Amino acid sequence: MSSGWETVIGLEIHAQLATRSKIFSGAATAFGAPPNAQACLVDLGYPGVLPVLNREAVRMAVRFGLAIGATVAPRSVFARKNYFYPDLPKGYQISQYELPIVSGGAVGIVLEDGTHKRIGVTRAHLEEDAGKSLHEGLGELTGIDLNRAGTPLLEIVSEPELRSARDAVAYMKKIHTLVRYLGICDGNMQEGSFRCDANVSVRRAGAQQLGTRCEIKNLNSFRFVEKAIHYEVGRQVELIEGGGKVVQETRLYDSDRGVTRSMRSKEEANDYRYFPDPDLLPLVLEPAFVEEVRATLPELPDQKAARFVRDHGLSDYDAGVLTASRELADYYEGVLGVLGGEPKLVANWVMGELAGLLNRDGLEIGGSRVGAAGLAGLLKRISDGTISGKIAKEVLEAMWDEGQAADAIIEARGLRQITDTSALEETITQVMAANPGQLGDYRAGKDKLFGFFVGQVMKATAGKANPAQVNELLRRMLAGP
Amino acid sequence: MKLHELTVAELGRGLREREFTSVELTRHYLARIASGNAALNAFITVTAERALADAAAADQRLARGEGGLLTGVPLAHKDIFCTDGVLTTCGSRMLAKFVAPYDATVVERLAAAGMVLLGKTNMDEFAMGSSNETSWFGPVRNPWDLARVPGGSSGGSAAVVAAGLAPVATGTDTGGSIRQPAALCGLTGLKPTYGRVSRYGMIAFASSLDQGGVLARSALDAALLLAAMAGPDPRDSTCIERPVSDYAAGLDRPIRGLRIGIIREFFGPGLEAGTGAAVQAALDGFRKLGAELVEVSLPNLPLSVPTYYVVAPAECSSNLSRFDGVRFGHRCEEPRDLRDLYERSRGEGFGAEVKRRIMTGTYVLSAGYYDAYYLKAQQVRSLINADFRRAFAEVDVLMGPTSPTPAFALGAKTDDPITMYLNDIYTIGANLAGLPAISVPCGLVGGLPVGLQVIGSHFAEELLLAVAHAWQRETDWHGRRPPEPVRGAP
Repeated sequence: MSSGWETVIGLEIHAQLATRSKIFSGAATAFGAPPNAQACLVDLGYPGVLPVLNREAVRMAVRFGLAIGATVAPRSVFARKNYFYPDLPKGYQISQYELPIVSGGAVGIVLEDGTHKRIGVTRAHLEEDAGKSLHEGLGELTGIDLNRAGTPLLEIVSEPELRSARDAVAYMKKIHTLVRYLGICDGNMQEGSFRCDANVSVRRAGAQQLGTRCEIKNLNSFRFVEKAIHYEVGRQVELIEGGGKVVQETRLYDSDRGVTRSMRSKEEANDYRYFPDPDLLPLVLEPAFVEEVRATLPELPDQKAARFVRDHGLSDYDAGVLTASRELADYYEGVLGVLGGEPKLVANWVMGELAGLLNRDGLEIGGSRVGAAGLAGLLKRISDGTISGKIAKEVLEAMWDEGQAADAIIEARGLRQITDTSALEETITQVMAANPGQLGDYRAGKDKLFGFFVGQVMKATAGKANPAQVNELLRRMLAGP
Repeated sequence: MKLHELTVAELGRGLREREFTSVELTRHYLARIASGNAALNAFITVTAERALADAAAADQRLARGEGGLLTGVPLAHKDIFCTDGVLTTCGSRMLAKFVAPYDATVVERLAAAGMVLLGKTNMDEFAMGSSNETSWFGPVRNPWDLARVPGGSSGGSAAVVAAGLAPVATGTDTGGSIRQPAALCGLTGLKPTYGRVSRYGMIAFASSLDQGGVLARSALDAALLLAAMAGPDPRDSTCIERPVSDYAAGLDRPIRGLRIGIIREFFGPGLEAGTGAAVQAALDGFRKLGAELVEVSLPNLPLSVPTYYVVAPAECSSNLSRFDGVRFGHRCEEPRDLRDLYERSRGEGFGAEVKRRIMTGTYVLSAGYYDAYYLKAQQVRSLINADFRRAFAEVDVLMGPTSPTPAFALGAKTDDPITMYLNDIYTIGANLAGLPAISVPCGLVGGLPVGLQVIGSHFAEELLLAVAHAWQRETDWHGRRPPEPVRGAP
């Protein structure tokens, strides 16, 4: 992007709430059922049916509101958003418009340069999802699958306070982490459980007024969010610098070509004719209900990270990585609990070797083949000097592949570290005898050869020698009698 | 006494005492329908087979000494109530072939009470009309004079009960659709408090105004039906959590000392003289029964018609969007594309009055017009509510005419929607305020029935029925029947 421009982004995130049944009917919400197998008469919008609000969806929205320090409305109102589309059975979507359940919260993100920033959340409201149109294998016809129709969504609208594609991704990841911590959304982006629309505009640096925005619809991966915004910013700047004007419109991101394309202009936009849904009474939340929900909130990622920094002495960065998901944080704390200390060692192993193995096999922490107690068993052997860190890596891989405990592998493979001073002295004496030239040079002042001798000793002991002990003995014995 | 001249209460007793069986009774009604319906066009569907099966089941229960007050008594449902496995048309071409896959709560509850379904009655299309002339299935004729309308939108239900083709029928009332046809056909018509009867399975016209109720021959019959159909329903969020009274047991409550408010605004120009005189005579009758009459003014009530014709179309424009030719209902032949499917399916499926209201409703909700129309109408609605609240601080019930005129001639008002809309000038207020109201017969003008309307405060059904019952103990207007053969019959 050319310098002299500022980007302004606001995100509308749609988080599918993890309720068992739909927001206004008793039909199941499970993903992947045969088309229309999970659509009851209410979801199909049959004549005479009526919506009944799912209390669990309300509870989840309240959890989110409390977690971001927002106002939970004592009275909110469901409204109808009217438009015709085949996957919208009633001809209107039940949403919240003028009076949403949650308003005015914020979340913290860490910017590229490491500074912290608060991003305002304008509002979050409850609404129902639409169904899906199916085009494959039906020739000229279009099929309609209404399994998703009526699935509860929480639409989370940010203030236009994001200033780069990376900010937007950081914010989206933060919300993603939060909704999973709260247990209100499974966060599965492939299945569409967590997706967003991005409102993007640009303006000259220092300008007060916002530029004309474009809305990019239905971004369902962090990578697409970054790429789509990046492309869109470039397109807008180029357009303006070339003497053109940005037209307010809705655009779609084409992930194959990495570009955004116009979907409909402002003039073509629907007039949704919102009005309060007369089938649903205003949603009134008693303070006691809100407090009851507050009492069940888990420790949130920011609180957890702060505790890791304060009580465990971890860096901000490490604490941030370990709290990115509740499962990862639980794993880390699980290892720490069994080991009984050494948080930095635990953090390094969880974020380093273990993350590497998970990544290699495409697993999440929940699918780790070495459990928290298992890893603690391994780390214990590092701290008590039984094995070196280097050997420990080999042991971890063996644990991962063979499913055995660290001690069993150490014993079976004879990996116990040699800490017997007389045995090491004997080995060093042999190494010195086998390399008289190098010994002479070292003693003549070639200090660099020290490393050569360390390597020879480790080689002779198959890596099992305690490195600190080898260093100490070598320094003394090489210096001469 | 012929079977079809008995009230629901009398039929129930006769059945329990085995004076006749439900099958005999049902056959009697089916025979009357077979001979009488052609002239009236009041049933869209007659469920003869199912009725006889229901009746046989009821007889078995009765023979075992089981069953309640309504077991084995036949009834007809307005064709707006979804009935599992039965054609449910809502008076529209859009649903002319729609067989409902489930029962409305009202249908379910009355079936559970052991009632026998004779069939589904004709109605104005989607309940939009005051004369039953907007039905896709043709107009219903008034049993008192076949050249006249029975009122609407529950015109079929009114006609079948008045003509003795069913002892009682359900109806729905959005702006007077139970009370006005009850008045025009000489029946007792009760619109309960909004939220008293579940709307689940009742095809929506205007959700904040629609309320199911009953068209009966007496206050006692209405009380029996209401007790069976009312009450909380977890499938309707607007249905109120409040236990149901034994309405029949409360009918004998004395009305001496009752404070009756006479609504001044209901006696202005526009009220036909004979109707006004009949209503006035009824009010004098209540005074003689020991009630205290006071004139009250509800200054915002004259705004109810324009308010209603913003709110009701707005809601209907949205409620009727689901009829898009995609999942159920009328679908045009060979649609070229999606837009063509929508336009032709809806264009062909809906009649002129429904289209007029969808367009009006779409307009008043549109960006730039919402505040001036919809929001303003909601504000006026609050003012009308406040007028009623003030009145009920002074009086126990309000009274006035139900309809400005007796039944008018078929075709007399079809060319002028505004004149037609003014038929509901006295009934709409209760819908906007969600109040219960009842129409009871109070006279005949030129051989045509006139209705007295009694409006109560929220959940005052018990009082309304007691007032109506007191009136019916003193008079026999509710016992009058149209002549047989009916005037104008071939």
